[in-house]
Amino acid sequence: MADVLVICEVKDGKLKKSSREALTIGRQLAAAAGGSLNAFACGSSAAAAAAEAGSFGVATLHVAGDAALDAYASEHWTSAAKFAVEASSAAIVVMSATSAGRDLAPRLGARLGAGVASDVVALEWADGKLRARRPVYSGKAFATVEIGSNPAIATCRANAFPAEATGAGACEVSNLAWSAGDTKAKLVAVNVPETTEVSLADADVVVSGGRGLKETANYAMIHDLAHALGGATGASRAIVDDGWVDHHHQVGQTGRVVSPNLYIAIGISGAIQHLAGMSSSKHIVAINKDGEAPIFRVADLGVVGDLFQILPPLIEEIKKAKAH
Amino acid sequence: MNSIVCITQVPDTETRIKIGGDGRSIDETGVKFVVSPYDEYALEEAVKIREAKGAGDVTVVCFGPERAQSAIRDCLARGATKAIHVIGDSLRADSLGIAKVLAAVIRSQPHDLVFVGKQGVGTDNSLVGPMLAELLGIAHVTVVTKLEVGDGKVTAYRETEIAEEVIECSLPALVAAQKGLNNPRFASIKGIMAAKKIAIESKTLADLGLAEGDVYETRVKVVAMELPREKPAGRKIDGSDPVAAAKEIVRYLHEEVKAF
Repeated sequence: MADVLVICEVKDGKLKKSSREALTIGRQLAAAAGGSLNAFACGSSAAAAAAEAGSFGVATLHVAGDAALDAYASEHWTSAAKFAVEASSAAIVVMSATSAGRDLAPRLGARLGAGVASDVVALEWADGKLRARRPVYSGKAFATVEIGSNPAIATCRANAFPAEATGAGACEVSNLAWSAGDTKAKLVAVNVPETTEVSLADADVVVSGGRGLKETANYAMIHDLAHALGGATGASRAIVDDGWVDHHHQVGQTGRVVSPNLYIAIGISGAIQHLAGMSSSKHIVAINKDGEAPIFRVADLGVVGDLFQILPPLIEEIKKAKAH
Repeated sequence: MNSIVCITQVPDTETRIKIGGDGRSIDETGVKFVVSPYDEYALEEAVKIREAKGAGDVTVVCFGPERAQSAIRDCLARGATKAIHVIGDSLRADSLGIAKVLAAVIRSQPHDLVFVGKQGVGTDNSLVGPMLAELLGIAHVTVVTKLEVGDGKVTAYRETEIAEEVIECSLPALVAAQKGLNNPRFASIKGIMAAKKIAIESKTLADLGLAEGDVYETRVKVVAMELPREKPAGRKIDGSDPVAAAKEIVRYLHEEVKAF
């Protein structure tokens, strides 16, 4: 028997989508391991998420309600999460591989002497151990890892696990006796960019451009197409290195690895570096004038043609179709 | 100001991955090994700080097999002043094991700043940095795109999904470098020649008081590795009639992707 603790992120009293995904796989693990599913959330609105947590099958939501935990802070969150792991006697600790989860899991792992599998796309409880499947070499290969420590910690890749509520169940709230101590690091500001752009990390649709755009000004076409689809904009390493686009937009092995529902590659030949960052997308469309470009090997729909000719009618047709 | 830069040697990002005979690692035959790309940003930042202050050491610490020596030499050629190589099979070590090795080295070295890359390219764990900071009992900031060094503290700018966090840390602190932090220099001929005169201090796990069981496959073990399943070939269409091509894409997006 092994109990599961899912470390959740709550915003304005609601569970983030990534946390609902983590709870769903957490529930499956608890069932397989014959244990209970519990959760941890922190910050002043954490307790408000109890009913929603209950709908995912959570028995007890361990809450650290101190406002010092409202924004992610590595030292505070690590110490509060350790309280929750101990209070819940969890043998399996799951969280989402968000920027908070990626930062927290290793620090918590070191504090508990626990092994961590990061950015996993599948999890199972087998022979009394947690087994995880995770992409390595940016998805050019997949590793299966076994975590032998107690607890075993895993962070889940966004969109890799569906979020499914069970619709039933009351969730008990247990307040942890946690209070904020001194920290060596302090969050002094959060700069939110003044943009209405969709973030690349959790976009359902990503439209990326590459050298085929010929010059930096033409990247505006990528914005137009992304905007028409309500998606985020991405870029190949080549045009990031050339300074056309900020590196935040780079998709690939040394940029962001994305797996949206739809990925559109415009004027991108598909260097192995780039393919590593997007080939796990569910649907891939590529437009490139070179019919031999490697991007066509991963494209579900490949269009061999001139992007400058195709994009204007494409954007028009999408707007028309969406207006219906 | 003394900086430690932890580096790892990884297959070049253009490498075509093949699975090794043991079915749980990659085949290293013919693979070109390089300094992990994010570690280059870590190194450059430390070297820049030393140049600005005009004092202090930049010590490269690497846990890895014999072949990693070329990566260490590369870092010395790009401005590191000292190097420590802990020889071992780092691919068999889990992240906490690697962090324990690095912590054992760093504890005996003066350090105001400890730099790592935000992830080792390839293993892609992004775990060692915060684990190492925890073992050293110091603050950490991951995914750092800008760093300002003040008096006894640093201000680090951290990239998140939607925003940029500005975090102030007392020293010593650990910084995990992200692309954008700086533009790493290439090794100059002068740098390469100077690097040859620097001795790389070599250590074993036993020298650090560590047992194999502390480091290798203790908590996390890779039991299998495989290539991704091949996707069935997609459809390729001729785009010489742009309007027809646009219409076909829209039909695909609507009917098959259900994008709208």
